[in-house]
Amino acid sequence: MPTINDILIMLPEFFLVTAACILLLADAFMKPAERVYLHWLSIGVLVVTGYLVLRFQPGTVTAFNGMFIRDGLSTILKLFALLSTILVFIYGRPYMRDRQLYVGEFYTLMIFAVIGVMLLVSAGNLVMVYLGLELLTLSSYALVALNRDSSLSSEAAIKYFVLGALSSGMLLYGMSMVYGATGTLDLMQLHTAAPHSAMPHLLVFGLVFMVIGVAFKLGVAPFHMWIPDVYEGSPTAVTAFIGSASKLAAFGMAFRLLATGMGDFAQHWQIMLAALAVLSLAIGNVVAIVQSNLKRLLAYSTISHMGYLLLGLVNAGPEGYSAAMFYAVSYALMSTAAFGVILALSRAGFECENIDDFKGLNQRAPWMAFLMMLALFSLAGVPPMFGFFAKLLVLQAAIHANMLWLAIVGAVFAIIGLYYYLRVVKVMYFDKPEAGTEVRLQPDFTLRVALSLNALVLLALGLYWGPLLSWCKQAFVG
Amino acid sequence: MFNHLLSLLIWLPIVGAVPVLLAGSGRPNTARWISLLMAILTFAVSLFLIPQYHPDVAGMQLVESHLWIESLNVHYGLGVDGISVALILLTTFVGILVIVGAWEVIQDKPHQYMAAMLVLEGLMIGVFCATDALLFYVFFEAMLIPMFILIGIWGGPRRVYATLKFFIYTFFGSIFMLVGLIYLYLKAGTFDLHTLTTLPLSMQEQSWLFFAFLLAFAVKVPMVPVHTWLPDAHVEAPTGGSVVLAAVMLKIGGYGFLRFSLPIVPDASHHFAWVVILLSLIAVVYIGYVALVQEDMKKLVAYSSVAHMGFVTLGVFIAFMLVREQGNTDAARLGLQGAMVQMISHGFVSGAMFSCIGVLYDRLHTRLIKDYGGVINVMPWFGFFYVFFAMANCGLPGTSGFVGEFMVILSSFSANPWIALFAAFTLIIGAAYTLYLVKRVLWGEVTNPHVAEMTDINGREWFVLGAFAVAVLVLGVWPEPLTHLMDTSVNQLVQVLAIHKV
Repeated sequence: MPTINDILIMLPEFFLVTAACILLLADAFMKPAERVYLHWLSIGVLVVTGYLVLRFQPGTVTAFNGMFIRDGLSTILKLFALLSTILVFIYGRPYMRDRQLYVGEFYTLMIFAVIGVMLLVSAGNLVMVYLGLELLTLSSYALVALNRDSSLSSEAAIKYFVLGALSSGMLLYGMSMVYGATGTLDLMQLHTAAPHSAMPHLLVFGLVFMVIGVAFKLGVAPFHMWIPDVYEGSPTAVTAFIGSASKLAAFGMAFRLLATGMGDFAQHWQIMLAALAVLSLAIGNVVAIVQSNLKRLLAYSTISHMGYLLLGLVNAGPEGYSAAMFYAVSYALMSTAAFGVILALSRAGFECENIDDFKGLNQRAPWMAFLMMLALFSLAGVPPMFGFFAKLLVLQAAIHANMLWLAIVGAVFAIIGLYYYLRVVKVMYFDKPEAGTEVRLQPDFTLRVALSLNALVLLALGLYWGPLLSWCKQAFVG
Repeated sequence: MFNHLLSLLIWLPIVGAVPVLLAGSGRPNTARWISLLMAILTFAVSLFLIPQYHPDVAGMQLVESHLWIESLNVHYGLGVDGISVALILLTTFVGILVIVGAWEVIQDKPHQYMAAMLVLEGLMIGVFCATDALLFYVFFEAMLIPMFILIGIWGGPRRVYATLKFFIYTFFGSIFMLVGLIYLYLKAGTFDLHTLTTLPLSMQEQSWLFFAFLLAFAVKVPMVPVHTWLPDAHVEAPTGGSVVLAAVMLKIGGYGFLRFSLPIVPDASHHFAWVVILLSLIAVVYIGYVALVQEDMKKLVAYSSVAHMGFVTLGVFIAFMLVREQGNTDAARLGLQGAMVQMISHGFVSGAMFSCIGVLYDRLHTRLIKDYGGVINVMPWFGFFYVFFAMANCGLPGTSGFVGEFMVILSSFSANPWIALFAAFTLIIGAAYTLYLVKRVLWGEVTNPHVAEMTDINGREWFVLGAFAVAVLVLGVWPEPLTHLMDTSVNQLVQVLAIHKV
């Protein structure tokens, strides 16, 4: 029987579900001119949810017989997922309005996707993992296809859907084998039951498929094929969401399945993740060099960044988990900033997504160029930016796990990665703007303020990242 | 007692860059004056180091230490010894001159140029102050960003190639140092440089770390064969960028050897000293010949920088042979002192040489030697300075160039006369390429009609070149204050060299 306590533990999720339903209804009665209320209401709802998440912070508790776990990890991931969704709403509004995509579905689908994120990172049971994942991905498929007149968008959605369904199938297949070997779906019980399983081979076999499911969701090579097309084809606001909140969820899922559930099989998945990491670093960084579309470039950069994130997970200890989470959080903030600049520079009939569109940006919009430069140097991992310290921590985690070779591979690919970020900085700062083109910034005031704060935070957190790291570390203590 | 002098030195120019940027492109003169004010203020603050620093006391002084990242035990740790004080003074001194030097020259977005210069200055001071390896690394890398922009926006025709090469080369070198530092951190539990110095390490660990450090600092110095970014960067950089690059940034490589390689991995440094010494001699002799055939003035001076920095690495690593194999600490001290004096002197001389080339370039917009000739006829004052700095570049006694080279040659003679012989080749080759440059640019008849229209240096240029000239001359005839400043620190370093870690 669910008790009132169970409901209290899940209060943020219940609140968000209720609010999403109300927003869905409210949208039906709203005139298009009144959509601005929906915008602010959605942001308000997310802020209140964030408050509710923060309110009941300390300690690890479970609800609904272990289906739902609320702990430090889920709190941090939920907060940053909510934050990045709020940022996406703010950055995306003028963009969506210019493309006649400024519709209620955008908001409600996003909020349902966020609910999926929240359930996924709090999952205490394999069923719950699947439920959260499907809620997130199904909403994402629809969001990618939101621009239904664009063939690129539809193509991306179909690819995403087919590959996503395939990966869900793999994941389920793996879960069923794990269930068969241990007789439990509960992650905590799985942790204790797994080492005593009578069928260890079946368990490892299942683990392989679960790792594949996680790899698909993270978008690490060789399960990365959907990333470039989806990043390029989606409306940019949706791309920003997939590049931030969705990545946080993927990290949460990886942690729940691999660390919480299969923690005692770390020696098996460590080596799988190490191989995935090397492949992602190689493919992501090398293929990004030849891209001419910035969204596609950022897609390949995501692949390499998820490779770095795996460097943290490979450590398979609290230090590595906190480093990986720190990385996920930093990546979410960096990618919202980078996509935010693209959104701010796009306008009706013009997608500012080719690298050439950024030519001479410093002469036309110096502040935007500066913000983009902060984001790019942070992505490249140049100190004193935030991204450097995230890389430092995952490299450290890898060395600590006696994988010095992996850290050196990571370091080498950081050099290669540097090149394509520098190429964008070069275009913005050193090239002359092309005649006949113009830069028109979105006049939206909230967008400019939020984007400036977002990018400056990357610098500020680079100078003072101690508290965030302690917070991440606390999540994995005890 | 106010004990944030070093923080003030680092952050004053960096924060000072904000109003410069805000002054905007609409009011270039405001931006210029604010940045000059900031540079002068920074220099004035750095002068306080002289009374505050006690040269006879060993160890770090004016120490500041705040916990930066608690959970990693990383400190915002600053401190200076004699070596750092000398380099900081060099940085702040050059800081003013590059601002003045760029005054009318930079017409395109001067506020961004000045702001980048100020940020760069602050970060370079940070490198010389940091006593925490991670903080050092942050400053070391962050420095690349303003330099990247300086070369890329205000550089010559191939600026994009040069600046990308510069950034990626340096990043390539230092990322392996980062892996090495993380390894050390996991062993010692701290990034504090002093603790790392006392950390016992096996020979195998030391060897790996030595090459990680070598890669980072050899690129920065730069040593043969990883010097190829320097001629490109110098040729394409605006005058101010070249001056900072040659005068201060290269010194960071030499400084890194003294702070990291020597004390942290002394046994590996000793074991592999022959590698560095060999590369240094190649730099001195071979790069000297390369400089001889250059047709671009900046390239010539860039190669001469590589050759002169060879003396720095030679002086640093010859000390190992002297201390460990002969127990000759006096000669080792002389070598290290010489390396340091050479760094400071090269800072003045190369900065001055690049400023001179900038003066010519502003008038004729070419750096090719064949476009000049007979400049002395139209620019007598300029000729005076140019010849003076050229003499300093050859190491003429009485100029600062002589002191450092002489000390290094003297100490390497104690180690091995053959090394001294090859090192002394610089006196001939250096004189050859420098005098050949002077001959082709200054002397002879005016053949190019544009040269005839050139006007002599104005007051602003007079100030820049005059300030460099005074520094070169004072250091040349009276180096004692500088050597006294660094004496205790060098002694301490020599003692550290003698301690076996294995």
